[in-house]
Amino acid sequence: MKSLPEISEKVRKNLIWKSIFRRDYRNSIRDRAQAVFGNVFLHLHPVQVRESAVKLRFTWGMGGITFFAFILLVITGVVLMFYYHPSIDQAYTDIKDLEFQVPFGVILRNLHRWGAHFMVIVVMIHMFRVFMTGSYKAPRQFNWGIGVFLLVLTFLLSFTGYLTPWDQLGFWAITVGTNMGAATPLLGYQGPFSEYLHITPYNDIRFALLGGAQVGGNALLRSYIWHCVAIPLISIILMFVHFWRVRKDGGISKPQK
Amino acid sequence: MNPFIQIITQPDNIAIVIMIIMVTFFTGWAFQQAFDNDKLLAAGRPVDGENDKFIDTFKPLVRIELLIAIVVMVGLTVWSIAVDAPLEEIANPTITPNPAKAPWYFLGLQELLVYFDPWLAGVVLPSLIVVGLLAIPYIDINPKGNGYYTFAERKYAIIIFSFGFLVLWLLLIVIGVFFRGPGWLWYWPWQEWDHARVVFEPTRDLTSVIGIDSRSLPGFLIGAFVVGSYLAGGMIAPYRYWKKNNPELLSQLGMVRYITIMFLFITMMSIPIKMVLRLVFLIKYIWITPWFNV
Ligand code: HEM
Repeated sequence: MKSLPEISEKVRKNLIWKSIFRRDYRNSIRDRAQAVFGNVFLHLHPVQVRESAVKLRFTWGMGGITFFAFILLVITGVVLMFYYHPSIDQAYTDIKDLEFQVPFGVILRNLHRWGAHFMVIVVMIHMFRVFMTGSYKAPRQFNWGIGVFLLVLTFLLSFTGYLTPWDQLGFWAITVGTNMGAATPLLGYQGPFSEYLHITPYNDIRFALLGGAQVGGNALLRSYIWHCVAIPLISIILMFVHFWRVRKDGGISKPQK
Repeated sequence: MNPFIQIITQPDNIAIVIMIIMVTFFTGWAFQQAFDNDKLLAAGRPVDGENDKFIDTFKPLVRIELLIAIVVMVGLTVWSIAVDAPLEEIANPTITPNPAKAPWYFLGLQELLVYFDPWLAGVVLPSLIVVGLLAIPYIDINPKGNGYYTFAERKYAIIIFSFGFLVLWLLLIVIGVFFRGPGWLWYWPWQEWDHARVVFEPTRDLTSVIGIDSRSLPGFLIGAFVVGSYLAGGMIAPYRYWKKNNPELLSQLGMVRYITIMFLFITMMSIPIKMVLRLVFLIKYIWITPWFNV
């Protein structure tokens, strides 16, 4: 029998292992640095960080938790897409199938639903922490702005997902929500001054959102595409700008007096 | 079952309960650290994190990230095993549920519909919230409190933001979720919802209080005067005050910044003001115009 260290030594010397990790890991300063910048995922981090980044009390890890929730939603969301058709004839029964036919369908849907609620909660708490530590002050003003757009996108991600099960809850929540669009000054048919632009229910901003004068098949398709493609893409791009700027602005903010 | 337990354990409402617990906890933690740092500042000592050393990312940081990921994943999995996401009846445009509620994070805005017309509550105010958030780093010129928790060094910023976030955003959401029933009437969580209940609240407009028809020309002019003087007074009064007591602050701010700050602040304060007018004095509109009502 070989001892554990011997086995681990053997694995690390193995050709396949070396081809993946590119070099030996001997726990030297150099190796610890290499482990970070030699890895496409880890190299979002600097090689060294200030102690506060590791202690929970400063950031609460909230930005990271938001990102984790997002990744979880992308993964569960992609799996859900295999079982779902965005049409009013099939959407509702697809969700029923998820409940009664698809293996682990219930927990898949639950994870996506509760994960979405969770992401909305933690992104707001992340914003609150950034405010309370004054981390939006110079030189991080711009990154705060990116964050505000991410906050709005997080709400919109959840909002567009609401309609997809095509049940009463989603249908009426989206009806209530998009009716607000009809009240837009100038551009909504019930909004102030819109009569001067000859705005009607058939050419106003609400019509553009729904692809019709009522919530129907077009609205379902539109919300589906916003939800599964467009908003995630925009969010991913902004997240990478956000992370890039956290580093370029000097890492997690430190007391400046 | 006790109706209170029933309403807070509705599957979608569990998220709100979790939110209340988390927000309370983190607000407490933030203020506790702020007060701790304030004591250090007062004693002229370095605040928490000021003398931080650098440590390796690999492994201390990577380890804690992994741990957090596992904790969150376990938490969400337990939540997903314990509670099933609801699926209501298939969408039916001919059956309107009462109340028809927006998604929970927009319920604060829906609550504003009691006090403002939809173009304000649903379009203008939300847009101004986003604009206001974007503006924060550029209008807050206080160089102190950058990168650490503190209350003493930025009292006004923290009070105003906390009021907006905790009260106007989150508290209104909680009210929308737990206290609003059919007809958007107020129900205590332990009260049974009664779909036949009608509350007759004779609301009136501001000018009718002094006996002038709000839809007449004098009513229009008085309304315009009241709204106009709120805006103008809100702009001019603090300016006068600071000019006398703190002229440096004004010159540091500059005109553009001053106007932006005051405009956002006046708009924010119009919400509690309008709520009091509506709830205490039963006043619906202050100003009626042919195009919109305020
Ligand atoms: C999808 C949403 C978001 C994600 C995934 C995200 C992620 C992150 C991460 C991972 C960090 C590193 C530090 C930490 O964990 O706190 C960070 C920092 C930061 N975030 Fe976000 N964030 C999001 C939304 C926001 C929002 C809504 C705001 C503000 C309105 C914001 C403003 C900032 C700022 C200014 C920093 C730098 C903080 C510092 O240096 O102390 N972010 N974000």
